[in-house]
Amino acid sequence: MNKIVPVLTVLAVIVVVWYGAAIKMNSQWTYDQAARAGTEVTFGTLVTDTLAQERPKLPAPHQVVAELWDTTVAKKITSKRSLVFHGWITLSATLLGFGIGTLGGVALAVGIVHNKAMDLGVMPWAIASQTIPILAIAPMIIVVLNSMGISGLIPKAIIAAYLSFFPVVVGMVKGLRAPDQMQLDLMKTYNASGAETFWKLRLPSSMPYLFASLKVGVAAALVGTIVAELPSGATRGLGARLLSGSYYGQTIQIWSALFAAAALAAALVIVVGVFERVVLKKMGMAQ
Amino acid sequence: MKKPVIDAQNVDLTFQTNDGPVHALKDVNLQIDKGEFVSFIGPSGCGKTTFLRCIAGLETPTGGTLTVNGLTPEETRKSRAYGYVFQAAGLYPWRTIAGNIRLPLEIMDFPKPDIPARVEKVLDLVDLKGFGKKYPWQLSGGMQQRASIARALAFDAEILLMDEPFGALDEIVRDKLNEEVLKLWAATNKTIGFVTHSIPEAVYLSTKIVVMSPRPGRITDVIESTLPKERPLEIRDSEEFIKIAHRVREGLRAGHAE
Repeated sequence: MNKIVPVLTVLAVIVVVWYGAAIKMNSQWTYDQAARAGTEVTFGTLVTDTLAQERPKLPAPHQVVAELWDTTVAKKITSKRSLVFHGWITLSATLLGFGIGTLGGVALAVGIVHNKAMDLGVMPWAIASQTIPILAIAPMIIVVLNSMGISGLIPKAIIAAYLSFFPVVVGMVKGLRAPDQMQLDLMKTYNASGAETFWKLRLPSSMPYLFASLKVGVAAALVGTIVAELPSGATRGLGARLLSGSYYGQTIQIWSALFAAAALAAALVIVVGVFERVVLKKMGMAQ
Repeated sequence: MKKPVIDAQNVDLTFQTNDGPVHALKDVNLQIDKGEFVSFIGPSGCGKTTFLRCIAGLETPTGGTLTVNGLTPEETRKSRAYGYVFQAAGLYPWRTIAGNIRLPLEIMDFPKPDIPARVEKVLDLVDLKGFGKKYPWQLSGGMQQRASIARALAFDAEILLMDEPFGALDEIVRDKLNEEVLKLWAATNKTIGFVTHSIPEAVYLSTKIVVMSPRPGRITDVIESTLPKERPLEIRDSEEFIKIAHRVREGLRAGHAE
């Protein structure tokens, strides 16, 4: 109860500000319409009109909620207008990209920790890869892969992987280096091999770090997928909904796609969090 | 003549650091026989831990010769002859106490069926029977350190090296563990190297006390204890005990005065 009150308070403030902004931003169109028709605008008509426009500059919260309801629950999943359908298209690419990015990130981190040349050589490139705007590189990847006859899921997954491998590399390098000198010396007194040190000490030590990066990585993968859906002329996926919404001035559609994406991101992070708790508890590391 | 287990002749060790070379050990000569309990005592920076690490093959001397059983420490380390107890227990939080003790046994490829019996045996030795299924964070600091001693004993290392194992514990727990270490030593007859800051601890435990002093780290006195092998805690009030403790203190002071 103590937690719910502040959360609801903040939510209420946001909704009130949002309604106020919607009335203000959409009022111009209402005034223009009224001027053309030669009628006066009362405060009552101003409010009802600005909150019920078909293509408002800023849709009111209830319009977005109605659109969300209409496109998730009311529509059949197979429909081209179903957000569940588009969400699944985005989610599948996100998960594939997240999987590739995680495996690649862990593999790179293992290499960086165990190989001096990789330590010096790979990390700067990994950092450089993230300084390039994803919006610039995504269309190139899609065009190149398209010319090779690869389209659809794979190019999107690759861009998602491109964004999500980085936090995994950084977190895992730190995690695999978490054991202190004493713990490494202990393994040395047992004359343990590098592989034994890795499986029995480094990898278990890195688990809390891995999960922290997975949470960042899964959200990054979703962003990567949505960005990848923008330039490809795709007609499916949340990114495509955002794009077509902006082509046709369907602001309500844009906002509902945005909320769907946010909900999806939150759900993914929560799933990783639950997985983290289960694994760490099983390992005896959650106290 | 009996050959010593550990034989150090003019051992020198210089670390190259960014601030120039540091002379950690200079001209260290020491012979340790099988079954001895040797304490190394001295102020910080006297090289007592460094020397213990040299014996364990974790550091390599830059001069002189150091042999263990006639082999280099490196070779002896590879034959897994050392049980090393560090200042902190360093138990793996993701393993139970029994799991931690199993760790060296797994690495050293002990036959699987033998492992549970070995774990039980050493848990019993350190008085932790029944705690095998607990996780480290469920145990007190003293119990954790006992578990780490059990871990070092599990694979029957010939030489037990302990680097200030009780330094972080309070005096009451330390007294109890000192008594237990003596019992352990009597029961297993291992050769033990023990680094400590505490004069009473060194005198109470050892058959031989090595007094060291810093800059450069060197041995200033080697005291053969005349105390009997049976040592109740009360022995620390005996005249003989006080006499030895006095000589250790003198040795430490002499090292400082130079």
